[in-house]
Amino acid sequence: MSMSSTPQRPPLGQAFIYFASALLVIVCVYPFLYCLSTSFKSGSDLFSTSLMPSNASWRNYVALFEGSQPFGRHLLNSILVATLTVSAAILLGVTASYALGRINFKGKSALLLAILAVSMFPQVAVLSGMFELMQALGIYNRALGLILPYTIFTLPFTVWILTTFMRQLPKELEEAAIMDGCGPLRIIFEVFMPLLWPALVSTGLLAFIGAWNEFLFALTFVVDDNERTVPVSISLITGSTAYEIPWGSIMAASVIVTVPLLLLVLAFQKKIVSGLTAGAVKG
Amino acid sequence: MNNRTRTAWTFLAPMLFLMVLVAAWPLGRSIWFSLTETNINDMSASKFVGLGNYFGEFGLFGNPNDVGGFWKGDWGISILNTFKFAIVSVTLETLAGLGVAMLLNQDFKGRTLVRTAMLVPWAIPTIVSAKMWGWMLHDQFGVINQMLVDGGLIAHKIAWTADPAYAMWTVVAVDVWKTTPFMALLILAALQTLPRDCYEAARVDGVHPLRLFFKVTLPLIKHPLMVAVIFRLLDALRIFDLIFVLTSNSGTTISMSGFVRREMVDNGNVGFGSAASTSLFLIIFMSAILFMRAARVKLSEESS
Repeated sequence: MSMSSTPQRPPLGQAFIYFASALLVIVCVYPFLYCLSTSFKSGSDLFSTSLMPSNASWRNYVALFEGSQPFGRHLLNSILVATLTVSAAILLGVTASYALGRINFKGKSALLLAILAVSMFPQVAVLSGMFELMQALGIYNRALGLILPYTIFTLPFTVWILTTFMRQLPKELEEAAIMDGCGPLRIIFEVFMPLLWPALVSTGLLAFIGAWNEFLFALTFVVDDNERTVPVSISLITGSTAYEIPWGSIMAASVIVTVPLLLLVLAFQKKIVSGLTAGAVKG
Repeated sequence: MNNRTRTAWTFLAPMLFLMVLVAAWPLGRSIWFSLTETNINDMSASKFVGLGNYFGEFGLFGNPNDVGGFWKGDWGISILNTFKFAIVSVTLETLAGLGVAMLLNQDFKGRTLVRTAMLVPWAIPTIVSAKMWGWMLHDQFGVINQMLVDGGLIAHKIAWTADPAYAMWTVVAVDVWKTTPFMALLILAALQTLPRDCYEAARVDGVHPLRLFFKVTLPLIKHPLMVAVIFRLLDALRIFDLIFVLTSNSGTTISMSGFVRREMVDNGNVGFGSAASTSLFLIIFMSAILFMRAARVKLSEESS
């Protein structure tokens, strides 16, 4: 919808729109550019506030992988944890959302409300119980063990969004499949899947971002230095003394952690926005 | 039970089992721990103390050792901090989000570019944004202080993240930077569902744009707007990571979640920490109910 088409807008209004847009773009993008620039600065250059590094080098990036902290290992941990968390959530989410989106049964609304409640629930409320559970299951202090607590926010969220997408699929398609003698599993994976994959991409990406960024559980349930994930790793980068914070390395680590995410988000921006709004607006 | 219903429950079973395992069971155990005295190093040895962690001598509420009353104690301060943060940041994010959404709803060249740029703060992990802003707001070498001093706006560089007078507002500002795009995108999606002919008619009749905004646009997007606000509010009330990293979890900016973690993990008092986490859960739950009542939002599948 456009409120007024371009030619009818007064010049002052036109100028305001461009001024506000330019300001918005600068405010959104400048901090990350500054972070990127710092990551290439070293020595005294670090303390100059200019956006261009005077002699750019990869030194901070190299230091990150050669330092006392196994940053490469942390990166691998994060990739594994986030990927496996998302795979589990999607696999369980697709079948559950078929039941919630396509079948009418008693107690469905209450169940949906419960799922929404869990996804908005303050995670810290389960901290001590989860601590005990993870110790009992022998997955405390292991990176891959984080997959279990991460299910608390990825699974209900995935089910909620996929349900709204499932509900929009044409009824005729399912009826025809049933007439042909398809069982519910074949309906999901052979009939609906081709229509559903854009929704899966957006839900999967959002869940991936959630798992990739998670901090509280990762900080609490993992203490072994080799088993950490990247957000905790970044928060713990320290210099040789307490007064010497290696800002260059911190910014290099931040760039490494953010760039893949940024590329994914920009490449799939339409799908992500539709996933976000399906979860909140149409909810 | 007919065939379809049986299929539904079979498909739901694995998810329900996991939800009980990772949400209901740990929540129940946390509530149980809140009634005990338990140390983190040996959680099997716990001693039942009833409501002592809540109302006892060293309890969360009514601790006689809190000189200056409840709100001057650490728990009281963390409740105040959390609400101050949540209310101010969500209000600012909603207003800014509305403004940005109205802007992006106009037809102009480069609109897609602005929308893409807006996804940048949203896509940056919270820890990264905390570190990034921590560096930009550095008291000696930060670019923000440099700009403000050069522009003559401040005389001396300010310790934005350490000075108690500024620390909480710095956290709010960084959160507003990161989360306004999310709000704007949700509001924009709502704006784009509005009927176009209504605006055409209003323009022909010469209705003032401000009047149009308050009389037509706002009432029409009220429901999705309130849903977005409640999502954000619940998210803001459980804030932990931004404060923990940006202000090094200092006593002046500590949030309820930060208090829980400090007591439970750093000090090892699982019982007392669980009492705090259970109280946090109830406080957030009640705030959500009250807010939904006040805003008349119904969160159900028919709500759209």
